[in-house]
Amino acid sequence: MLLNQFLILGAALFAVGVYGVLARRNGVMVLMSIELMLNAVNINLVVFGVQHGVVSGQVFALFVIAVAAAEVGVGLAIVLLLYRNRTSIDVEDFDLMRG
Amino acid sequence: MVAQNIFFGILSAIVILSALRMVTTRNIVHAALYLVAVLAGLGALYVLLTAEFVATTQVLVYIGAVMVLFLFGIMLTKAPLGNAMEMTGKQWPIAAGVAALLGGVIVYSLVNHFGSDRLVTDGPIYRTEDVSDEVFSTYIVPFEAVSVLLLAALIGAIVLARKD
Repeated sequence: MLLNQFLILGAALFAVGVYGVLARRNGVMVLMSIELMLNAVNINLVVFGVQHGVVSGQVFALFVIAVAAAEVGVGLAIVLLLYRNRTSIDVEDFDLMRG
Repeated sequence: MVAQNIFFGILSAIVILSALRMVTTRNIVHAALYLVAVLAGLGALYVLLTAEFVATTQVLVYIGAVMVLFLFGIMLTKAPLGNAMEMTGKQWPIAAGVAALLGGVIVYSLVNHFGSDRLVTDGPIYRTEDVSDEVFSTYIVPFEAVSVLLLAALIGAIVLARKD
């Protein structure tokens, strides 16, 4: 197996996640796309850990999973609060800080 | 080696196709189910990379906990099931261009730098006990920091979401 096939898979997944964050209008969908990007990073960490024969890659991936869990908890609470205050989760409705 | 390549092909096809469907489907519940397929495929890829504990955690935390949170979020925000709210904004061609450019630059630099380097497959295999030894010795301080972060996120989510 080539090293690059895993890295290119991660890059493709990251690009799909970027597209999701930029193009989707639903706040929950934006959070899901962020999860996609975090998973793309995880696969890079694990594959580089294997490549260099160290366990740190797996440990870093575990930390990223833990931080992603915390992020999605707070993120969904924010989306819920937005829905309660504006009765919408369309991110295009939230332009209060536009100059 | 051939078997590993075949399984890599199958799993990466599942992951990429599900990810593409996830960001293009019009039904948000379908998007959540496609995300489950992506996460499960990645978990299987971690097994292929001999990272058994990461694979287990992926299934437990992502497919088990995070997806339940997402489904609750979908349910509580009463996201319309169907086409009532157009799911993709008008700026999607620009977003696709940005994503394609980013992916192209990353892939180009990867091919340029790593070329046809082979993955080291005869290296040491780290099992769960090795991972736990590392977490509770070298990375004990970051581990405690993550515990505090999780506590802070828990309290923050409760404070944000409660009604008063």
